[in-house]
Amino acid sequence: MLDFIIRRVIAIVPVLTVVAVFIFLMLRLTPGDPAAVIAGDNATSDQIDDIRRKLGLDEPIWTQFAIWITDILQGKFGESFFFKKTVAELIAQRIEPTLALATCTLIFAVCVSVPIGVLAAYKQGSMFDRAVMAFAVLGFSVPGFVIGYCLIYVFAIELGWLPVQGYTRIGVDFWKFLERMVLPSLTLSVGFVALISRITRASVLEVLNEDYIRTARAKGLSNRVVLMKHALRNAAVPILTVIGIGIAVLMGGAVVTESVFGLPGLGRLTVEAVLSRDFPTIQTVILMFSVVYVVINLIIDISYTIFDPRIRY
Amino acid sequence: MTFWNKSLAAVAALAGLSTLAADIRPAEAQANTLRVVMHSDLKILDPIWTTAYIVRNHGYMVWDTLFAMDEKLEVKPQMVDKWTVSPDNLTFTFTLRDKLEWHDGTPVTAEDCIASIRRWGARDSMGQSLMARIADMKAVDAKTFTMQLKEPYGLVLQSLGKPSSNVPFMMPKRVAETDPNTQIKPEDVIGSGPFIFKRDEWKPGEKTVYVRNAKYVPRNEPVSGMAGGKKVNLDRVEWRVLGDHQTTVNALLANEIDMIESPPHDLLPVLSRDRNIKLFSANPLGLQYTFRFNVLHKPFDNDKVRQAVLYALNQKDFLDAVIGDPKWYKECKAMFVCGTPLETTKGWEDKLTSNFDKSKALLREAGYDGTPIVLMQSTDLAVLTNLAPVAKNLLEKGGFKVDMQSMDWQTLVSRRARKDAPTAGGWHAFLTAWVAADILNPVMAGFFNAGCDRAMFGWPCDKQIQDLRDAYARETDPAKQKAIVEQVQVRASEYPTHVHLGQWYQPFALRNNVDGAVTAPVTVFWNVVKK
Repeated sequence: MLDFIIRRVIAIVPVLTVVAVFIFLMLRLTPGDPAAVIAGDNATSDQIDDIRRKLGLDEPIWTQFAIWITDILQGKFGESFFFKKTVAELIAQRIEPTLALATCTLIFAVCVSVPIGVLAAYKQGSMFDRAVMAFAVLGFSVPGFVIGYCLIYVFAIELGWLPVQGYTRIGVDFWKFLERMVLPSLTLSVGFVALISRITRASVLEVLNEDYIRTARAKGLSNRVVLMKHALRNAAVPILTVIGIGIAVLMGGAVVTESVFGLPGLGRLTVEAVLSRDFPTIQTVILMFSVVYVVINLIIDISYTIFDPRIRY
Repeated sequence: MTFWNKSLAAVAALAGLSTLAADIRPAEAQANTLRVVMHSDLKILDPIWTTAYIVRNHGYMVWDTLFAMDEKLEVKPQMVDKWTVSPDNLTFTFTLRDKLEWHDGTPVTAEDCIASIRRWGARDSMGQSLMARIADMKAVDAKTFTMQLKEPYGLVLQSLGKPSSNVPFMMPKRVAETDPNTQIKPEDVIGSGPFIFKRDEWKPGEKTVYVRNAKYVPRNEPVSGMAGGKKVNLDRVEWRVLGDHQTTVNALLANEIDMIESPPHDLLPVLSRDRNIKLFSANPLGLQYTFRFNVLHKPFDNDKVRQAVLYALNQKDFLDAVIGDPKWYKECKAMFVCGTPLETTKGWEDKLTSNFDKSKALLREAGYDGTPIVLMQSTDLAVLTNLAPVAKNLLEKGGFKVDMQSMDWQTLVSRRARKDAPTAGGWHAFLTAWVAADILNPVMAGFFNAGCDRAMFGWPCDKQIQDLRDAYARETDPAKQKAIVEQVQVRASEYPTHVHLGQWYQPFALRNNVDGAVTAPVTVFWNVVKK
């Protein structure tokens, strides 16, 4: 197991190298000049050139890359072109809303989707099963921002039960934090619930046709024990895989959800940085997302051994 | 204890702690706070270093100016108590008002003002023009300084009272001595203006906070435009950043914010239907849409081809396509804006009428060979997106071939600085908008700079326009200045540098309990009351 973990950690290095080169080249090859953005609309060419020099953007592209990589290896993520703050500071300021949104969404999605997926499989062909499948199709098809605006209209504007936007830090007021997390988490979890419930249903259905399930039933075990102890545990591996993949979907969805609900998180930071061509911020945030994605998938791989003792690394 | 019991206990404990935390929140959060969504997020703090409008607005919160422009566009003293000019128009003497104090408690001095003018003069185009004519500036005493000119200059007060970017804000000497090409530090955002910047609460992407400067002494006159008494009635102003337009409108409807500075025009009907919301057009001069030529490349290097554009276009089509409701726009053939002392239609009476026959005739005369016009379209700014398709349609009807290329605004901003041929990543034309306060005369209006390589992107090159601009700057008699402006406008119809496509207005959206918004070209928060 330890060998496996070490091998996987070492494998992160080439992955991150490829990501770093790719992001760097993409940003430099995409049209757009941060110096022109910073200078403002009334700036002269000389003012823009001066800012470009100050930001080091007049250096050859490979020199810029070498400087960036050297800094990253020394743990320096650079300074945002715009905010006069280090990117590490910016990320520290913005990470809480994104973590909170991702955690609430994940908890909500797993708590809802796994039971309904299991139940849909158990009641295959019933109205409930069909309703779950219809919801799954709808969840995949409707864009997150449409769901977000609909929820805002109903629960915030018409009923006035929940706030439209904003974020309250968990340490400032826990209830306000929860109040402001409900709609964004619901919005972001719709697609996630659709995905997990569908996969759960499919894998539980497959397991329910196995001989050992028939044996368990023949032994007189209750349906609940058969489903939860024998079927779900054996169906867990594909569900966990989908949850791992879903983390990437979650990160992408956070960008839209944070914009719709005015959450000052990493998703919005990324959008703002892209629109203003804030290279150091974009590069660091995307690298960070890559690391998170790789680490989460490593954790998922390790967790397989808990649910399926046959799996050994 | 079961798992669920443990979880409930943990949540209850956390809730208890958070309630305690809520109780120790700063008292100012409960105070008379105005929550506003501005047109953009504040990322840069130095209004001399950048021309971005949001930084200019931030500047007006924190810093003050020597002079300011009132509602009638007349320049009035602001930090200055009295001023005199020598009979030969070469020496100006300025004396500051009593009790002017920086936010750190130190007094505002003449030396501070001289250093501030020098730093501004190194960056701003009107400032550079003024500095080129200044022989010397000297502090006479703590509150008085003189400005010695090399030659008479008609725009001294207009420059110091310039309402828009870059505004000559007065800063403490130690801050104003920062290299003009380097941003001031966040800890140096210390002014003598009506609000104090809360550096500890500044979270780019989330909010910017200002609190009332209790020591600020407003002038005795009533507020008028950017001039007059800046009376502060709010304890705290929060500029919130929500990002999405629809969310911002929803937040105003749900009373989670008090004001939107720039609600998009397509959402104005939604706002005006709500009886708790009012729309207020604070800037009577509004903004002006503009079609900018790049004169470096064929066919726009030919004056006649550019003249053909003046005949092919008309203002109404553009304004209808973007603004829609005529309540929020005005057709106006005055290049220096309708409603100003320099308003004139000279040279443009028969233009902007979509006279396609005339346009085609001029193209034939010019020998236009059908080279496609590379027209850049910005797709991510709602107030600009629909302009380029209208221009394409009208130009094609006028005999042009048009290659409209769509891109986001930042790409356009970057590309417009390139002088390359349009087939090699350059451009022929694009459309943008100017705040009227930036284009009130030919020296101020950047697109009239026809100084070839030293001109703004588009690089027009015309000695006649440059001579007229220079003559305007030297002239001190307003009647003669107006005559020069008429000549500039006529010349701009013969040697077109850009085309003005009408004036439009951007109202604020406010909750009904917010009152006293100032009619001015810049969004300011003095005089505003929240009931």
